[in-house]
Amino acid sequence: MSTVLFDTPGPRTLARQRIYTVIAVLVIAALLAAALRQLWTKEMITPDQWEAFGEPRILMALLEELILGTLAAAVVAILFAVTFGAVFAAGRLSDRAWIRLPSRAIVEFFRAVPVLLMIFVAYFGFGSTLGLFWSLVLALTLYNGSVLAEIFRAGIQAVPTGQSEAAYAIGMTKSQVMVQILAPQAVRSMLPAIISQCVVALKDTTLGFAIGAPGIVDVGERIYLARVYNNPFAVGIVLAAVFIIINYSLSKLAVYLESRMRQQGTKALHLVDAGGGGG
Amino acid sequence: MGPDYFSELIARLADGFLVTLRLLGWSLLFSTVLGTVLGAMRVSPLAPLRFVGTSYVNIFRNTPLVVLFLIVVVGLPGIGFLPDFFWRAVIALSTYTAAFVCECVRSGVNTVDPGQAEAARSIGMGFGASLRFVVLPQAFRAIIPPLVSVYIALTKNTSVAAVFGITEATYQLSNLIRDFPGSLWLNFFGIALGYILIVAVLSTIASWFERRVGVAA
Repeated sequence: MSTVLFDTPGPRTLARQRIYTVIAVLVIAALLAAALRQLWTKEMITPDQWEAFGEPRILMALLEELILGTLAAAVVAILFAVTFGAVFAAGRLSDRAWIRLPSRAIVEFFRAVPVLLMIFVAYFGFGSTLGLFWSLVLALTLYNGSVLAEIFRAGIQAVPTGQSEAAYAIGMTKSQVMVQILAPQAVRSMLPAIISQCVVALKDTTLGFAIGAPGIVDVGERIYLARVYNNPFAVGIVLAAVFIIINYSLSKLAVYLESRMRQQGTKALHLVDAGGGGG
Repeated sequence: MGPDYFSELIARLADGFLVTLRLLGWSLLFSTVLGTVLGAMRVSPLAPLRFVGTSYVNIFRNTPLVVLFLIVVVGLPGIGFLPDFFWRAVIALSTYTAAFVCECVRSGVNTVDPGQAEAARSIGMGFGASLRFVVLPQAFRAIIPPLVSVYIALTKNTSVAAVFGITEATYQLSNLIRDFPGSLWLNFFGIALGYILIVAVLSTIASWFERRVGVAA
């Protein structure tokens, strides 16, 4: 293996690397064992800490809230956000300044403000009419929609200019060029970035916990607060595992789509997931 | 909503953003150090180190920050690990952000053309010298824009500490609404403005750096 930093190793380097590998494995194993031992002796991962997850009643509650609270909020928010993003991306690409500038201000504003702050405001401002679930969805839509608007705009602008020039040359109008020529090509290249944003939205639904919105973290809290269980560590690990499995699969899907596009010669739009808007 | 309200608003925003900036500063420092170490592990020739780096990124990038806070803030005291509430929030934020810093470092090193390091070695530079004089300076320039995006996300993520009762800027919203129920939108825009200012300062520093040392992407 040759990378920027080192050449393909020769026999002596290989032998040395084997020794380092053994040392590294031993050190990592020792650290892990020490951590597990500490968790075990302080009764954080002993069998009775996991008892709650063996009870059908609790498992059903977790599953129900995962689907009806967490996943539902994420899916609805993403659907709304895609619409919001498409509208405001079109607004930002408009030739008319009175459409372009307000669109830009709105997108920049919602991207710079923490999602949690918007969840609080949606809840305090409209919570009495919207309820918990829709307050959360509203805040997530505004944040993710603004990020998607930027993704859509970058995707449209990444389509080679020859495409729109050719379309104008055969007499298409601006909206025809956008809808029939640019958007279909842009959507393909944006797909991995959109999936990455789904991961962010899914993580951010957990912020609904702050206003008491239904969701899997809410059930988790009820479990570890119960006197019989008192197991915040175990609950945290289970919740984390659920999200890691779902999000890791989504990320793999994005990587797969990207590699397939590369084979087909479409350049995937690359946007770094920098850590979401607050979750 | 007289002058009383505005002086109170400004005082509480100042209080809140002081805590936000302290959270941001410490988490930025710790996550950068940890993320750089993990990034170095991910590009190292030793398989177990690469495995640790990859696992770390996959675990912490996909865990919601709220859940990580739950483990660190509520869970860790149970194993006798009891730093101040503030420092537990810093630990959660740094652990989470380090995964994203690690990815920046790794992709930065990967953007450097292998020919550059080969050339460095061919004129007799060792691993350390080629890293210091040839690879890292180029990697660093490519890293600045994504790294600043990570720090901007971190700025907004400090708000999650409010869920666990740390009175930083976002937490001040519920305080203000309790005492001045009529001024929801002024409270909101006041706090939002604070975050926008921090983000603007970070972006300005980044573009200054980029002009000084950046490369055309």
